[in-house]
Parts: sequence; C-alpha cells; structure tokens
Amino acid sequence: MALGVSRQYYKHGAENISFKARVEELSGQNINLCYQCGACSSGCPLSKEMDLLPSKVIRLVQLGRDDPLSSRTIWVCSTCFECEVRCPRGIDIASVMEALRQIMLRRKYSDVKLESIDPEKLRSLPQIALISNLRKLMA
Amino acid sequence: MSLRLAYYPGCTLKTNARNYEISALASSKALGIELIELPRWNCCGTVHALAKDDVMHYIAPVRNLIRVEQLKSSGLVDGERLVTLCEMCYNTLKRADIGVKEDQERRRKLREVMEEEPPYGGGGVEVIHLLQLIREVGWERVKKRVVRPLKGLRVAPYYGCLLLRPRGLGIDDANNPTIFERLIESLGAEVVGIPFKAKCCGSYQTVHMGHVASELSYRILRQAVEGKADVITLACPLCEYNLGERQGEIRGLFPDLKYIPVLYFTQLIALAFGLEDSVGLEMNNPDPRPLLRMKGFLREA
Repeated sequence: MALGVSRQYYKHGAENISFKARVEELSGQNINLCYQCGACSSGCPLSKEMDLLPSKVIRLVQLGRDDPLSSRTIWVCSTCFECEVRCPRGIDIASVMEALRQIMLRRKYSDVKLESIDPEKLRSLPQIALISNLRKLMA
Repeated sequence: MSLRLAYYPGCTLKTNARNYEISALASSKALGIELIELPRWNCCGTVHALAKDDVMHYIAPVRNLIRVEQLKSSGLVDGERLVTLCEMCYNTLKRADIGVKEDQERRRKLREVMEEEPPYGGGGVEVIHLLQLIREVGWERVKKRVVRPLKGLRVAPYYGCLLLRPRGLGIDDANNPTIFERLIESLGAEVVGIPFKAKCCGSYQTVHMGHVASELSYRILRQAVEGKADVITLACPLCEYNLGERQGEIRGLFPDLKYIPVLYFTQLIALAFGLEDSVGLEMNNPDPRPLLRMKGFLREA
C-alpha cells in the first residue's frame, strides 16, 4: 500500500517531464537551481494566503508534478518580486508563477471575472488596479 | 534654457492621480525640466509579460517607445529619454525596452505584427523615473530651490515594489534604498524609517481580495503611525489607492489604526517649492490639509 502511494506521488512519466520543461520554457528559468533554502517563502508578503509555499511550488515542479496548477498560490502571488531579489540561486520565482498562471489562462481558466466585481467598487477603482488585475488573472 | 524631455503619463495620472501629475509637472519645471507629454500615447499594459513567448503584450509598450523616437525626430525634445511617474508604467516600459533590445527574434516578430508602425530601433530610448532624474539634477539644486522648508514634518517614505525590483531594473539598491530619504532631507523634512518600506501593499489583489490588500497595507500604515510619522510619501498610484483611499475600509478591519495622510513625493516637492496652486491636495484621501495648515506649510483656507 505504502509503495502504491509513493508511486502515485512520484511518477516520472514523460508527461510530467514535459510539464517541467514547459514551465522552464515559459518562465525562462532553470528550476533545477533551487536547493530549497526557503528564502522566497520567508520573504513572501502573501505567503499567509497561500496553500502551497513558493519554495514548495518550485520543488513540485522540479519533480515534474503539476499540483501547483490547481493551487491558490499562483493566483495569490502579486508579482512583487520580493522572492526574485532574495533567491540566492538567481531564480525569478515570480516568472515561474506567471508560467503556471499562463498554462491555466491558456486553458481558458479565469480566476477573476469582470462580472463578479461589485459595480460600486468598479466605479471607485483606479484603472491601474483593474487593468493589472485582469491582465494577470483573466483569460 | 530648460531641458525638454518626453513624458509618459499613463492612465491613472489623468484620473485618480491627477494630483501626482499636476505636482510633478510644476516641480520639474521649477527644477528646469520641461516634461513634454508623449503625443498619441496609449496604455503601457500596466504589467510586464513575464512569459517568455508572450509577444502580444509587448505591442502596447513598444508603440509608446516608437512615439518617443518620433517626438525626438520632430525636434521637440532634447534626447530620447522617456520620463515616467507611475511605478507600473516605469517597470512595464523599461522591461519592454530591454526585452526588445536583447532579443532579435522578438524584435522580428514584433515588426511582423506592427507593420503599420515604423520599426522600433530602440537605439537611444531610455526609460527613466522622475526620481532618478531629480537625483541626477542633484540634491543641492533641490535644496536651493526650496522656499518653504518642510521643517518639523515627519515623513515615512514607502517605495513599493516596482521601483526597486526585479534585479537590474531598480532605480536604487533593492535591499537598502535611500533615494526617497535623500529627497525628504533635501526638502527640509524629517525621515521616519519603516521596516516595510518596500513590502508589497497588495497591488492589484485589491480588486477581488480586498481583505488581503487591507491587511498588507495595514501593516505598512501601522509602522508609519507607530514611528510618529505625519505623512507617508510614495510614487505609485496603485500604492496610493491601497494605502490612502482604502484607509476607511482598513479601519473597518483594524479599528486601532489612526488616519495618516498619503502624499505623492511630487506633492511634497511642490509644497516645499512654494507651488501651492499645483499641489492638488484636495484630491488626497485622507485629507492632509488640516495637518499641513496646522504645521504652517499651507495658507489658511
């Protein structure tokens, strides 16, 4: 049973290897550089809202696992680049988050829908907030 | 003879952040810089396309950069520098410029999809932020122009994200920036350092995750209040919205927070330069005018 579970979790099939390659291609980052120091997670101002810490997202992608695609983390990230300046390995984690978001957005998944925003709020929000939000989170 | 430079306003500078634009134009003029608005400018895209294969989101910023080259060739500006005020515009335009210059393939694809525009050479265009320009002009010149030193005003600078990050793009050291501090001192005011001066305010998450933006902004505001700052100063219309405009909502969640006015750095400059008609303080929320009158930096209404 235990073996079954581990097999399920650590499959290294062609599909998962191509997932990792896809993320590396879209983000332009070498995911293998990460040695799990956790500097990104400790510096992230939004980690409290995340279901997967940024460093865990990187680890899962290293293993070829696509779980981060269904996480809240990739949508909570505000691309503030705090992780990017902290990473001692020079990985732009914000771009990895973007790559994961892009995979979902290109599957027509939208995390924010314009009609879900309160009309009252819509009128008071500055353009800069709306455009950046929808550019990042809407397919 | 003043220096004439191309200037990119961006969307919010014409609406919610009109006070930022008014005070920036007047302050720059007082320092001998004439900011010439880019003709036919369009949205910069607000956020940079981080996905490496994304060419589409380069079109809007690159079109603006082409306008800079056109403005230069018309002889209306000195040089091909593009001055920005908004942090997001600065970041997006700067990154688009770098992305085009460093990647020949991207340049080729862009030419294909932008066939009605002249190709972007990108030789001389340089995107800069007004703070950089003022630093270049020199703190001494700023000091000399001050007619009403902001003596006794305690100012907490807040940098936000995109002026300092990512690596290689920041206008100052990402871990220990001092450009705001130097400016505040040059205007005669007192600096209040806050540990979260470069932590995210919640950015665009303010649209659909209001409580998250409120919590992040609250931590920044509380540090400023605890440091006994009179005002916070910043350079980004989105930070201003989150830290200023949203204070009412933040107080709903954290009733212990005291209101603290949030001013664009250009408004502080305009105040210290005696350009009282070009500060636009009536647009700030919370209203900083009672405090500034009490401290003697504004005439009685």
